[in-house]
Amino acid sequence: MKILVCISHVPDTTSKINFVENDTQFDTQGVQFIINPNDEFGLTRAMWFKEKSGASVDVINVGGPETEATLRKALAIGADNAIRVNTAARDAQQVAKEIVTVMQQNSYDLVIAGRESIDYNGGMVPGMIAALKGMNYLNNCIGLEIEGSQATAIREMDGGKETVTTPLPLVIGAQKGLVEESDLRIPNMRGIMMARKKPLTVVEPTQEGQQVQTISFEKPAPKGAVKLVDPENIDELISLLHNEAKVI
Amino acid sequence: MSVLIYAESENGQLKKIALELASFGKAIADQLNTNLVAVTINCENNDLLGNYGVNEVLAASQQGDFNAQQYAATLSEAAKSIGAHTIAVSSSADSRFLAPLVAVTLDAGYVTNVVGAPISSNPFQVKRSVFTNKAFSVCEIATEVKMVGLSKNAFGVHENQTTATITNFSPASAASDMKVTALDKATDTVTIADAEIVVSGGRGLKGPENWHLIEDLADTLGAATACSKPVSDMGWRPHSEHVGQTGKPVASNLYIAIGVSGAIQHLAGINSSKVKVVINNDPEAPFFKAADYGVVGDAFEVVPKMIEKLKSFQAENA
Repeated sequence: MKILVCISHVPDTTSKINFVENDTQFDTQGVQFIINPNDEFGLTRAMWFKEKSGASVDVINVGGPETEATLRKALAIGADNAIRVNTAARDAQQVAKEIVTVMQQNSYDLVIAGRESIDYNGGMVPGMIAALKGMNYLNNCIGLEIEGSQATAIREMDGGKETVTTPLPLVIGAQKGLVEESDLRIPNMRGIMMARKKPLTVVEPTQEGQQVQTISFEKPAPKGAVKLVDPENIDELISLLHNEAKVI
Repeated sequence: MSVLIYAESENGQLKKIALELASFGKAIADQLNTNLVAVTINCENNDLLGNYGVNEVLAASQQGDFNAQQYAATLSEAAKSIGAHTIAVSSSADSRFLAPLVAVTLDAGYVTNVVGAPISSNPFQVKRSVFTNKAFSVCEIATEVKMVGLSKNAFGVHENQTTATITNFSPASAASDMKVTALDKATDTVTIADAEIVVSGGRGLKGPENWHLIEDLADTLGAATACSKPVSDMGWRPHSEHVGQTGKPVASNLYIAIGVSGAIQHLAGINSSKVKVVINNDPEAPFFKAADYGVVGDAFEVVPKMIEKLKSFQAENA
């Protein structure tokens, strides 16, 4: 089985979000970049398939050279090959089409991408890959088992979950639950040393054009100070929620 | 040129997010000076959409469980049949699942997490939340067919009285070899996605055995229950209740956090909730900086008191 895991290179979850160049660019100064957490849940599940059934695992990113450290981390966790499409990610369909172009050279049985990246939160790349390739797709995937060419996957929906059977090839949108937080792997020294020798192939982009363009960024308006209510006077809290906030 | 929305229903009845989406679609249709068409699937109260500005309903029916491929095909066919240039969907799990498939089929530029009516219709610019609600961006969609996904509770439900023409819509059925073999859906509890009020607990509750406090308060308010990341990681509560950057976003009218310190990742997840209340015995907890109302006090004393006071408030205002 061949697995492709799409890796987004995103600011660490604790990053302060600021913008530069007249609020048109994200300020990367002092920001640590990580594997997008939803992608990492997927990568960790892929490692499980690798160890259990000898699957090969490729990782891919569409981005500039600055994303290679993140791809190397995925290799240190245990992926076999990394591919970087050498272009800035402009919008979701462009990213999906670049990934699909790479997929033409390798037939993958399973493609995993995070449910969404934690920077732009688009949540559309895995679905678009599936639609462009005519593959089956399951979003918000919190469980995945594979027997031969048949997959059984669990999707979280609003207020519940469903179990779905589907033949491979399959694309899933991964999220927490697919593996537990405690299953995530911190690369060890051996993994890091090996990752340096593993192939990281840079391919040139094929897509032109752009469907969606970010014009500018803005930060939320500063919030007023909290109104503190005495714990002995809960009536006041209820009155505030009813009369002032009008939410109860 | 019409604006098309996918108005979701459950058990034959339109969901509240469908009415919010209709209200949003109406605002776009007005900007573009065109009419508003809704697609529904297995919906029995299509008439209701007329109250929110929908001029025409394409009522489709589909056998069996929700299937993203089939629903996406229906929506794509509807868009083609009326020549829709703008398509709006909600941010429900189902809509977020099927919308990328529609965007590819229609070669539409698609923007999710949109927080209001378009800033301008030509060029077509919308504001969306990014960095898990830590910031916003203005995006321009350059394609002929445009798709937007509305953030929950970002636009609100607005009445707009008209009469909707209801037409049966039966596109050729799309094949799918994906099959639902088990469905596990809560029927008697409010879900985080639909809730107007969410009550959330953190490590300050000291253990899962104390969760009745959260549940009782939630029951009193008709609210959904949620929790912080450490609570779900320790297995006190299921992952499906984890709210935050790697969990679920919450966009309720009222969010009550009890014994949650307010890590930056948690605050990001709840940022689009309208009113935030924190109850915590540590006055230095970061949540107090993000909240509208706060009580510095012991959850084990404050919460039972709050339940009692709420019950008498409800009795008076019933």
